[in-house]
Amino acid sequence: MKRPKYRSVGQNQRKVDGEALVTGQARYVDDIELRGMLYGKILRSPHAHARILEIDADEARGLPGVHAVLTHHNVPRIQYTTAGQGAPEPSPKDTFVLDEKVRYVGDSVAAVAAETAQIAEEALKKIKVRWEVLPAVLDMEQAMTPDAPRIHEMPSANEISNPEKNIAAQVEVTDGDPERGFAEADLVVENHYRAGRVHASHTEPHICITCLDEAGRLVVRTSTQVPFHVRRIIAPLVNLPIGKIRVIKPRIGGGFGAKQEVLLEPICALLTLKTGRPVRIRLTREEEFISSRTRHAQILRSKVGAKSDGTITATELEVLADTGAYGSHALTVQCNTGSKSLPLYRTHQYRKGVNNVHFKATAVYTNLPVAGAIRGYGAPQGFFALDSTLDEMAHKLKMDPIDFRLKNLVRKGDSPALLEKLGEGREGVKQILKSCGVRECIKRGMAEIEWQQKRARKNGGVVRRGVGMAVLQQGSGIPGIDMGAVTIKLNEDGSFNLMTGATDLGTGSDTILAQIAAEVLGTAADKCHVFSSDTDLTPYDTGAYASSTTYITGMAAKKAAEEIRRKVLARAVRMLSEKRGDLTLENGRVKGRKKSISLGEVCADALYEHDQEQIMATASHISYDCPPPFAAHFADVAVDTETGQVRVLKYVAAVDCGTAINPQLAEGQTLGGIHMGLGYALSEEYQFDDRGRLMNPRFLDYKILSASDMPEIKVILVPTFEPTGPFGAKSVSEIPTNGPAPAIGNAIFHALGVRLREVPFTPERVLKALRNA
Amino acid sequence: MKIHVTINGVPTDVKVAPNEKLLDMLRRMGYYGVKFGCGRGECGVCTVILDGQAVMACLTFAAQAHNKSVITVEGIGQPGNLHLIQEAILDHGAAQCGYCTPGIVCSAKALLDENPHPTEVQVREALKGNLCRCTGYQKYVEAILDAAEKLRETSGRLE
Repeated sequence: MKRPKYRSVGQNQRKVDGEALVTGQARYVDDIELRGMLYGKILRSPHAHARILEIDADEARGLPGVHAVLTHHNVPRIQYTTAGQGAPEPSPKDTFVLDEKVRYVGDSVAAVAAETAQIAEEALKKIKVRWEVLPAVLDMEQAMTPDAPRIHEMPSANEISNPEKNIAAQVEVTDGDPERGFAEADLVVENHYRAGRVHASHTEPHICITCLDEAGRLVVRTSTQVPFHVRRIIAPLVNLPIGKIRVIKPRIGGGFGAKQEVLLEPICALLTLKTGRPVRIRLTREEEFISSRTRHAQILRSKVGAKSDGTITATELEVLADTGAYGSHALTVQCNTGSKSLPLYRTHQYRKGVNNVHFKATAVYTNLPVAGAIRGYGAPQGFFALDSTLDEMAHKLKMDPIDFRLKNLVRKGDSPALLEKLGEGREGVKQILKSCGVRECIKRGMAEIEWQQKRARKNGGVVRRGVGMAVLQQGSGIPGIDMGAVTIKLNEDGSFNLMTGATDLGTGSDTILAQIAAEVLGTAADKCHVFSSDTDLTPYDTGAYASSTTYITGMAAKKAAEEIRRKVLARAVRMLSEKRGDLTLENGRVKGRKKSISLGEVCADALYEHDQEQIMATASHISYDCPPPFAAHFADVAVDTETGQVRVLKYVAAVDCGTAINPQLAEGQTLGGIHMGLGYALSEEYQFDDRGRLMNPRFLDYKILSASDMPEIKVILVPTFEPTGPFGAKSVSEIPTNGPAPAIGNAIFHALGVRLREVPFTPERVLKALRNA
Repeated sequence: MKIHVTINGVPTDVKVAPNEKLLDMLRRMGYYGVKFGCGRGECGVCTVILDGQAVMACLTFAAQAHNKSVITVEGIGQPGNLHLIQEAILDHGAAQCGYCTPGIVCSAKALLDENPHPTEVQVREALKGNLCRCTGYQKYVEAILDAAEKLRETSGRLE
């Protein structure tokens, strides 16, 4: 296919905020200081499950420098969910700002605002609590048993699926006739997989500063991915109308989903309303691990049936997930475990999108830290189980794992019916694949990793080598739900302001939106001054999650720019006395057959000369398509059979993200997602003691890979053209996180002939698997 | 107590508390490029250069900087006057959220001042204390190797 030539799109444009980032000038929430600002601290529960019989804060209140102490006695008792999702949030409303009961070690008990952080900490120690310690559930498999203590006793169930059985959420979907599919299979492979609990570990901790402006409105500066959801969700909790709240997102130091949560804003705002003073709360690194959000630990039963020729006849995933003490994203993450993984493959009765698929997920409460949204959003667990099972099936069928996958992968034009039945927390939307580069990804990745040679490698000795691969997909936004809007206005120097509610959390989306707008306006991306986000000044955006910003907000930027273009050309026709059809926009100028004028001159004409107006436009975009990006990941590993250590020597990721608006940034997203996925596969895992206390809430004991731990990674961008995306773009940010666990697990199997079914693949687990082999 | 310290080339007397960390002192003075990430020397976002050595400002007492030179990211290059390391980071699209970037710039500067010909392994070693969750480090490593080469060319021309 011949691709149109772009000037801005497809270029490795320097990040529009890059200079501020590399010089330390970028201002994060922590860099904002307000006169009279107080420091907030939160008292955290020492017990996994306990009732507060009495809480005495008098001594803390009397401490000089303490301005306010909040307990469950003096905050509004309103149930809500911390999940920053569109209204109505599909997550159970099971949380109070402060409750009379605590449900995990680290749960909020009380909050203090004081002149200094030291005084606030001192005050926390002076709050006396009399506890009734309750029996706790620390194991998700125990949570539903009849004698398990009940974790939530709400006045109303509020969408908790089954509070008596500690079930936060459940979902079950069947497509086609899986029973028949399995019965018709020549071979059925079925096993259990376990995926541990990990942390997003953005380097900037959660932080929030609240204050009142001169009109008495509440101003919330917060490190968030979802400023508009923050505004809406806190409104009832602070008893203010939405219009009296302004949420500002300055620069964010990473989020990865964990900042799709409304965590600190309610308590911080209540402290401001109580004291009238600006209040700041910043989590310590330990609090970040304990009390922000984690990936859901899951136990997955994965089952695949196939004919002896390699045709898949049915697939099944049954998931038990640990949502921890609260059900933030409990339903939607688990939906995604199935909806992102299973529709990647056809079954033999495939026609009109019908597959033989069964998916069931149950998210249970435990008295452990709270799970939530994290990059990949359920898909990393799903792909670990499903892709490992496919690899095992290929081995048993004596087929090359790639040939087996190729035989069953979806194709352009397919419309997997499961996606119609299984959306995010509700029914889905019919999808037709309009772009699919998955086969090209596999081909290019195979060549780069030297698949044939490495699969045929002779193996033996203490250190064994193996190569494995996995095939992945994700989505682009939530179809029919995610909406992004962009406002653009033109200035006299030909530059323009682009205002968006979308939140660049480091992904480079500000730059991507600038490149898209610049492409339409025939100017340079650095002529675009991006401002994001402020609920008073920027139009609505659902926020940066679900791999949505390039695909959804990018299209809004394109539409707004097209409207500006129309207005500019209309003026230029008069100014140049030329026909509309003869005008083009190039290098910041409108060019006619004879003459040209700059965008700045057009703006000056509009502001000062003729039929005055501000040239500006606002456009919104929503999509009922959710085009999946595709990827093939390959890992070449060395496993030491004496120590159990797994080393990844080379990693290859070939990704079809449609048109890469900025190839360098798309590569960066892929590299970063692989880094997170490598930690998930190899080293990262929460460890608890028998009282539910997190034993490794610090980077020394919770191992994130450093620069010298990383393997050589080769990223290959495989271009396709997605007709529903801006200039052919799809998403790229989440998909890479799904790859390392299955690709490395499959490589370990190739190296050792032993399959590991639990991530991370620690040396202990490798040795245990070898012993049991 | 009062210390005498040269910050980004400017000699200054600063009143500090005996237990005050260099991180808190610098941020209090407006050097916001020095970030807080963990406060216990585990993430490296507060990395600054103390007498030529990359150190974590959250583990260093302000008093330890007495009679010494401190370089923060603000002293390495400014908007419109970028250091080649910063230019290279931009050219390679290495920075994402940017929270760890000032620390990485400082680690890279300390490395290249000491060793103008680093290998990739040496660059990775020098960045070992700078955790980054966004990038997988690869583009930073490429950028720093690229900057090293450009710095060698520049210094070659000057000689």
